[in-house]
Amino acid sequence: MELVFALAIGALTAGGVYLLLRARTFPVVLGLTMLSYGVNLFLFASGRLATGSQPVLGTAAQYADPLPQALVLTAIVIGFAMTAFVVVLSLRNLADHGNDHVDGDPKKHTPASKHARERRPL
Amino acid sequence: MTHWLLAPILIPLLGAILQIFVGYAPMPLRRVLAIVTSVLTLAAAIVLLNLAGDDTYRVYAMGNWQPPFGIVMVLDRLAAMMLVLTASLALLCHLFSIGGADEGTRQFHSLFLFQLMGLNIAFLTGDLFNLFVAFEILLIASYGLLMHGSGSTRSTPGLHYVVLNLVGSSLFLISVGMIYSVTGTLNMADLAVKVPQVSGDQRFLVEAGGMLLLVVFALKAAVLPLTFWLPRAYASATAPVAAFFAIMTKVGIYGIIRVYPLIFGANAGEMANLGMNWLFPLALATLIMGVIGAMGAQTLRTLVTWQLVISVGTLLAPIALGSQKGLAAALFYLLSTTWTVGGLFLLIELVRSQRGSVSDKIVMAPQIRHRTLLSSLFFFGAVSAAGLPPLSGFFGKVMILQSTTSGVEMAWLWGAILTGSFFTLIAYSRAGSVVFWRNIEGEIENSTPVTPLLAISTGALIGMSVLMVALAGPISAYTNATAVQLLDTRGYIQTLQAPMVEEGS
Repeated sequence: MELVFALAIGALTAGGVYLLLRARTFPVVLGLTMLSYGVNLFLFASGRLATGSQPVLGTAAQYADPLPQALVLTAIVIGFAMTAFVVVLSLRNLADHGNDHVDGDPKKHTPASKHARERRPL
Repeated sequence: MTHWLLAPILIPLLGAILQIFVGYAPMPLRRVLAIVTSVLTLAAAIVLLNLAGDDTYRVYAMGNWQPPFGIVMVLDRLAAMMLVLTASLALLCHLFSIGGADEGTRQFHSLFLFQLMGLNIAFLTGDLFNLFVAFEILLIASYGLLMHGSGSTRSTPGLHYVVLNLVGSSLFLISVGMIYSVTGTLNMADLAVKVPQVSGDQRFLVEAGGMLLLVVFALKAAVLPLTFWLPRAYASATAPVAAFFAIMTKVGIYGIIRVYPLIFGANAGEMANLGMNWLFPLALATLIMGVIGAMGAQTLRTLVTWQLVISVGTLLAPIALGSQKGLAAALFYLLSTTWTVGGLFLLIELVRSQRGSVSDKIVMAPQIRHRTLLSSLFFFGAVSAAGLPPLSGFFGKVMILQSTTSGVEMAWLWGAILTGSFFTLIAYSRAGSVVFWRNIEGEIENSTPVTPLLAISTGALIGMSVLMVALAGPISAYTNATAVQLLDTRGYIQTLQAPMVEEGS
C-alpha cells in the first residue's frame, strides 16, 4: 500500500508541476488542482498509513491519528475555494485580453517570432 | 485567560460581515461604519500593546482546550507590536480610500477588513497550521483587493500573484506535513520542546520541512530568487491597497522571526539556526537587487515597490545573524520602513492625480498644483526611506550597522547597506528633481484637487518617521525588550502550562 500511495503522490505532483509551467491558463489551473490533490494525500500520509484502525483511543489495538484528517479537510475546503477563484480570474484574463495566455497578450511583450512559437497548439 | 486577545480578530470580522449586509446602503453610512471598525481595531491593538508590556505571555485557548491539543492565540511583545503597526497603517490607508478609491465595487470595505482580520490572526496565532489558515484568509482578501478598480491592466499581474501564492500554500502544507509526521504536534511551543529531541534519520525530515517553510516565508517576503512577482503586482493595485500591502511582505518576515528563533533557534540541538546561513547572503542579494530596480525605475510607483524589496533585504540580514541587538534593530527599522513606504505609495497617488496623462512617469511635465505640499512630503518620505538623518530610517539603519560584531559578516553587511543607501539616495534625488523641479511650459489638464482628507492621511503616514524620532527612546526600549523575549524561548514554552478555566466557573 505504501508504494502505491507514494507513487500516486509522486505522479500527481509531477503532473501538477508540469502543467503549472504551461503557457495557457487552463493547464495551469489543472496543474494547481493536481498539485493540491498530491499535497492533500501527502498530508494524510503524515499521520501514518493504517487499515482497520479507528481515530478513537481504546476502541482498537491500533488507533489512527485523527489530526491529519482534520488538516486535510481544512486544506480541501481552502483549496476548493482558491481553485474557484483562479478559474474566475482566468476567465477575466481571457475576457480582458482575448486570449488565455498567462502573460495576457504576448504580442505586446515579445517579438513576433517568439509569439508564433508560443501560439503552437498545446 | 483574557478575552481581549480575540478583539483584534473579532472586530474586523464583524465589521466586514456588516459591510456585506449594508452593501446597498448609502456610501457615507458604509464609509462611517468601515472607519469606525478600523478605529476600534486600532484601539484593541493598543490595549493589547499595554497588556504585553509586562513581559508575560498571554494565552487564549479556543474552546478551552489545553494546549497543545487545541488552537491557541498567544500575545507577546512581538505580536502586540505587529498588531499596532498593522492597525495604524490600515486605518490611515482606509481613510485615504474613502477619498474615492473605494468606489467601483461594493466589496472594497469588506475585503479590506477581512484582510485586516487575516493579518491579525497571523500575528496572534500560536499554531503552525492556524498560521497557514491565517495566510489563506489574508491572501484571498488580497486577491480581491488587488483586482479592485477599473481597467484591464490588473488581470494578468493578479493572475501571476494568485498562482504563485497558491503554489506557496501547497509548499506550506507539505512542510507542515513533514514536521507533523515526525513531531506529532503543530503547536509552536510544543514544537520548540519536541524539535531538539528529534534524532537520527528523522532529523532530516524535520530539517527539510523547516527549510521548505523558510521558502514559503521567503516567497511572502519577496526574498531574491522569489522577488520578481512583487513590482508588477504592486504597481497595478490602487493606491490605498498598495500602501496597505506594504505590510504583506512583513508578514513573511514576521513568520521567520516567530518560527526560527523559537523552534530552530540556538537551543534546537543539531538543527540550531537552521537555514540562517542561507538567509544572510540571500538577504544581501535582495537588498542589492532592490537597489538596482530602484535605479532603473521609470515611474515613481515602481521606485517605491523596489524600496519595499530593499527594506526586506535590510531587515532580513540582521535577523539571519540572529544577535539580540540585531533583532531589536530590525524590529525598529521594520516599524519605520512600513509606515514610510505606505506613505510614499499614497503620496505617489496624489502626485499622479495632479499630472494628467503623464501620470507618475519620471519625465518632465508642466508644473503641478500643490507643488510645495507634495514635494515636501516626498522629500520627507525619501529622506526616511533612503536613511538620511534626522528621520527614523537613519536610526534604524545605524542600529542595524551597530549590531554586527566585527568579522566577515560585518564587512558584507556594512558594504551592502551603505552602498545600497547611497544609490537609493541617487534614485530618489533623480526622481524628485525631475518630477518636481524640472518643469516645462504648459498646462496640465484633468488634474483632480487634493482634498484635506487625502493630504492628512498621507502626511500622517509619512510623519510617523518624525514621530518615531521624537519617541525613539521608548520605541527602542520596547524593541530591545521584544528581542530579549524572542531569544529566551523558555517563556513561550511555558504557555503549554497555561491554566485552563475550570468547568462552571
